[in-house]
Amino acid sequence: MLGKLGWDAIPFHDPIPLITSLVVMVAMAGIAIWVWRKGWWPYVWNQYITSTDHKKIGIMYIVLGLLMLVRGFADAIMMRLQQSMAIGASQGYLPPEHYNQIFSAHGTIMIFFVAMPLVIGFMNFVVPLQLGVRDVAFPTMNNVSFWLTASGALLINLSLFLGEFARTGWLAFPPLSEKEFSPGVGVDYYLVALQISGVGTVLTAVNFVTTILKIRAPGMSYLRMPVFCWTSLAANLLILAAFPVLTVTLGLLMLDRYLDFHFFTNDGGGNSMLYMNLIWVWGHPEVYILILPAFGIYSEVAATFSGKPLFGYRSMVFATLAICIISFCVWLHHFFTMGAGADVNAIFGIASMIIAIPTGVKIFNWLFTMYGGRVRFSVPMHYLIGFMLTFVIGGLTGVLLAIPPVDFIVHNSLFLIAHFHQVIIGGVVFAIMAAYTYWFPKAFGFTLHEGLGKAIFWCWFIGFHLAFMPLYVLGFWGATRRMQHIPDATWEPWLNVALLGAVIIGIGVVLTVVQLWYSIKTRDQRLDVTGDPWDGRTLEWLTLSPPPHYNFAVLPDVHGEEAYWTRKQTAIKLEQLIKEPDYQPIEMPIDTPTGVICAFFASVCGFAIIWHIWWLAILGLIGAFAVFVWYAWQDEHEHIIPVEEVRKNARERRRIRMEHLHTLSQST
Amino acid sequence: MTTEAATIGLTHGGSEDTGLGHRGPESKSIVVPYGFWLFVLSDMILFSALFATYATLVHATAGGPTTNQLFDRNLVAIETVALLLSSFTCGLAMIAAKRKNMVWTQGWLLVTGLLGAVFLFIELYEFAMMIGEGAGPQRSAFLSSFFTLVGCHGAHVTAGLLWIGTMMAQIWAKGFKDHILRRLLCLSVFWHALDIIWVAIFTIVYLIGTLP
Repeated sequence: MLGKLGWDAIPFHDPIPLITSLVVMVAMAGIAIWVWRKGWWPYVWNQYITSTDHKKIGIMYIVLGLLMLVRGFADAIMMRLQQSMAIGASQGYLPPEHYNQIFSAHGTIMIFFVAMPLVIGFMNFVVPLQLGVRDVAFPTMNNVSFWLTASGALLINLSLFLGEFARTGWLAFPPLSEKEFSPGVGVDYYLVALQISGVGTVLTAVNFVTTILKIRAPGMSYLRMPVFCWTSLAANLLILAAFPVLTVTLGLLMLDRYLDFHFFTNDGGGNSMLYMNLIWVWGHPEVYILILPAFGIYSEVAATFSGKPLFGYRSMVFATLAICIISFCVWLHHFFTMGAGADVNAIFGIASMIIAIPTGVKIFNWLFTMYGGRVRFSVPMHYLIGFMLTFVIGGLTGVLLAIPPVDFIVHNSLFLIAHFHQVIIGGVVFAIMAAYTYWFPKAFGFTLHEGLGKAIFWCWFIGFHLAFMPLYVLGFWGATRRMQHIPDATWEPWLNVALLGAVIIGIGVVLTVVQLWYSIKTRDQRLDVTGDPWDGRTLEWLTLSPPPHYNFAVLPDVHGEEAYWTRKQTAIKLEQLIKEPDYQPIEMPIDTPTGVICAFFASVCGFAIIWHIWWLAILGLIGAFAVFVWYAWQDEHEHIIPVEEVRKNARERRRIRMEHLHTLSQST
Repeated sequence: MTTEAATIGLTHGGSEDTGLGHRGPESKSIVVPYGFWLFVLSDMILFSALFATYATLVHATAGGPTTNQLFDRNLVAIETVALLLSSFTCGLAMIAAKRKNMVWTQGWLLVTGLLGAVFLFIELYEFAMMIGEGAGPQRSAFLSSFFTLVGCHGAHVTAGLLWIGTMMAQIWAKGFKDHILRRLLCLSVFWHALDIIWVAIFTIVYLIGTLP
């Protein structure tokens, strides 16, 4: 009746996961009750959970990503603690089977449920605003995508309380991940959670490629789009081309595990290197799916806080697309040791090094943007500079790793770990923190506390270097990754420095929470009245903060690059706004619970598959199909915002802008 | 811009619209099929990964039966004719829908669905035969990849049949509204795409597999 599920699935004997999951459950129940007591459930349900507004969906993605960041970070600090303790005679506090689950969960969560939701969240929030339009191409599907991602995150975290997580590393390489060697539900949690969230990600890509190519404000030609839109386009094209391969790869492993197929098994003609090839055909573009939007964020920050147009806009676009294409030609550098031969390894090694060229172009463009500009050293600018310093080193160690003979030596060592954390933390996480600070006022109407923001930056910057520079050294000394026990006592000082670094990053994470709380408490001191707190250059700063549901009362007419900057300078020069346009009623998509119900059935079905509860799996599938048909049967998918409301809001915005214009022209 | 576009032949039918979205957001009749096309492309990539898997494992028979011993060209020929014909009738249904002719639309959709069902029936028959002979997907890596590639196409056809049924019910209940017609267009794109993939399966799996 309940498949493999029984009382033994709950980790009674294991205090760490048991207590953690109990605390999390109590906290979640507490928050739910608190929201209910305050009477906020209708608001949360109507304004967020069922919302088809790209801004609200973006915020939900970002909240999900930040919550999962805390989970992933807890895993990280547990690993650092273990490696500092389990040296020589000591075995530390984590037994191997638990330690293996922790590093697997850390990688899986950080990539799929931290980096991806955060990057997609910022795309959601920003891209339609920057394109000067009212929503994405498929607003309901957008909501569905988010809830499918959340469903995957739920299943991953459920493994803490029911059963176990995979002990196979974040990519679950066979034959270790086959049923023979991993008979438990851990790998199944991994596979099912990623399949569900993967569907959400592909739908997001369909949505954003369509939006960017087909839904733009009048006059917004391709070479007038902000660079963040370009990099989002490139990232979504990569998702569209890479994620189906992940679906296939994980699907084949599921067939092996559930139905005794022989794709990657040791017997029956299976070939585990096929898995390596397939997973990295997805895995390498995935790196660029994360870093390209980050490059876009840095481009926006560089131009805004240098008070100058981005240097080399067209070369930036060209570099983005070059990276987008070359990223599909380098996957083999993840397993040079496979033994494909010198020729193949050389080709992939050279292709990997070539990627450094367009990336270098970008670095120089940001530097030249700053050169001669009026640089304001606000928090996002700190992250930009910190990123450039960190990322260049990370890029250089990457070029080292791309040399096959070197790779043979440092393959799977802590050198590799240091390299990819350097590009992901120094590249993606810094960008996310910059974007969080930069676009926060647009989302909520007030800025974050600047001093605390700088403190957080220094925690990340110093903490990161302390945590990962020692790993380069250890990697050269032969320390391999994923070690539950450290045999060589001379490594201890370096591991302790790494632990110290992780603690400093931890202080940064705590300060982020403090900053949010303090900024909300003292928001009256930092209200963003004008909608343009940073003297921005792109269209999201044209509308108020937070923007109305429909973003723009009238779609802006774009003339030239830097749509908003041009318009703002004209207004300042003429000391007047453009002539009041003729307002029209606006048609907007209605909110719908389709996404959350769909994800409910997906979670039920996924859970049932993990635990082999077949009747429940079939029930879940039927439920999902029924929701689909029910939604398709609805006739009304849009509602009309009356022209009076549009006009009233727009006039209010014009009044605020006029006042702002007067202060500006008086100050100059 | 527009005159420039006109001189290099980017515009058509005297319209000033370059089709590149310069003139603001495109209408739903463009956006919806465009998005669906992107989805179909990602589906093609899904199949390309399965084709790559098949090509890698086709000789990994682990001492079991090989392609030549298993495949029956005649059976597959009937299957192929059924599916290709169903694409043709799907096109006829689209023409009828464009003319808002309820009877012919429903009729051709029904024929399309029936031909799809014939295809699916023959495929399942072939699968059952092979499993009966002890050549099931658990036998070897080659058979695992064969059943997955062909079965994944079959699963798509099954989804297509469900969709055809749903669309017939929707057209019946709601008539030829704009959004129904858009969905019908997406359905036909999906159905034709399955045909293209089948042609590749027919060639790579069955024709090459039965070369003497």
